[in-house]
Amino acid sequence: MSRLSEQLSRGQFVVTAEIAPPKGTNLAPALAAVAKFEGITAVNVTDNQGANMRLSALALAAQLQKAGTETILQLTCRDRNRMALQSDLLGASAFGIENLLLLSGDHSKFGDHPDSRPVFDLDSVQLLDMTAGLMMGIDMAGKPLNGVPKFFPGAAVNPAAEPFELMFQKVAKKVDSGARFFQTQSIFDRNALERFMSAMKPLRVPVIAGVLLIRNARMARFLNENIPGVQVPDALIERFDRTADPLAEGLAIARETVDLARGLCQGVHLMTLGHEGMIPAILK
Amino acid sequence: MIISQLKPLDELQQALAEFDKLFLVGCAACATACKSGGEEEIFKLQEWLVTLEKDVTGSVVIDEACHIMRAARDLRHHKNAVQSAEAVMVLACGSGVQSISSNVDKRVVGGLNSMFLGNVRRFGHYEEMCSLCGDCILNETAGICPVTTCAKGLLNGPCGGMKDGHCEVDADIECAWRLIYERLQSQQRQGVFARRVPPKNWSRRRQPGRYQLNKGS
Repeated sequence: MSRLSEQLSRGQFVVTAEIAPPKGTNLAPALAAVAKFEGITAVNVTDNQGANMRLSALALAAQLQKAGTETILQLTCRDRNRMALQSDLLGASAFGIENLLLLSGDHSKFGDHPDSRPVFDLDSVQLLDMTAGLMMGIDMAGKPLNGVPKFFPGAAVNPAAEPFELMFQKVAKKVDSGARFFQTQSIFDRNALERFMSAMKPLRVPVIAGVLLIRNARMARFLNENIPGVQVPDALIERFDRTADPLAEGLAIARETVDLARGLCQGVHLMTLGHEGMIPAILK
Repeated sequence: MIISQLKPLDELQQALAEFDKLFLVGCAACATACKSGGEEEIFKLQEWLVTLEKDVTGSVVIDEACHIMRAARDLRHHKNAVQSAEAVMVLACGSGVQSISSNVDKRVVGGLNSMFLGNVRRFGHYEEMCSLCGDCILNETAGICPVTTCAKGLLNGPCGGMKDGHCEVDADIECAWRLIYERLQSQQRQGVFARRVPPKNWSRRRQPGRYQLNKGS
């Protein structure tokens, strides 16, 4: 049983963070960054994040697990068909990876290989179903597995997405397909999170709220224009425009979100993008 | 119909560099309708080729260039002009080009890029609504195809990139799943939302497609 699943089942407030594999083979900076994490339950390893080609998430996650860090392996449907997804999941299990975040994936258009052919042979609901099948010892062809993987599968959600009911019917499908936890997109809107959490209540699946450390107004505007599912409200951008110390403002906003999540959710997922040293301050 | 457009002229000029005498073929079906390979475009092509100092030995607009036997018949009617050319230049979709290339022993230069099976919104505005996947789900999705009109072809609802009901890939386009959801609601039925849709059977779209009316696929 992974530490993440154990802590969530005990009702403990969990903290996850994330690391992106390098562009290249030098793992040292990523491993060093993870070594600096404090008070983290598990570390998400991103999968060609934002459709930018990087070293395999599975390879970095395997290294981290070997070094004693619990990981949440992110796996997207964008770059692999159903055979490759199953192979990678079995491989992940062989490396001791249990926690998964199963995603559709950002469209290739957003990344550094916009000419590539996006796969999307499965969607995230089908990927969850397939993972549930592997955990029962059968692959998508109905064939038995010699050695059955143990996973703790999670899924993603954007609680602020509109129309809400349309977004939420997919959340319900993901729960039916075996999602045991949710990690959310960056949260900026108290009302949207409250509405989402009250809809989640009957489903009884823990939610880990996404907290993004925004460094300045420019970054906020960039996110709004370039990152699918991230929408920083104008009111927050104005706070950055008014302050002399934008990083301190970003820290304050992240702390407010963590406080909000402590009241509503079962954990936070911190996205600090190179400012891992600020994690203790965000959690304080 | 098949939507196609003229290749960039510099690419065509390169493809034609080794030929001085050309026979031209257009198509009276899709390529005429979408203004890429009808009489008018063949005439414009001829004018352009003259500026490159190429000879045009003749031309024909075939009824349906994708009809292999009909293309053969129409080319036979222009046998001498075809024979005196060094290459045949075709303004038709990729299917049309291959009807021609399988019927002549000359080099064939395709002049168009084939883009998609398109619906016509209004003159000159084409939209892809069907990707010929061989496994149609339209009866459950209120007549809106997510395989084609969702940028990711998702089958169980919108992705996390939906923003105010619009697509993450193109903010001008409404999310296919939002449209499906709204139309199903107005029809007061659940449709595709009543179940988890299993992975698609892509073997029905095995490449290359083959189908015989009396034998099935």
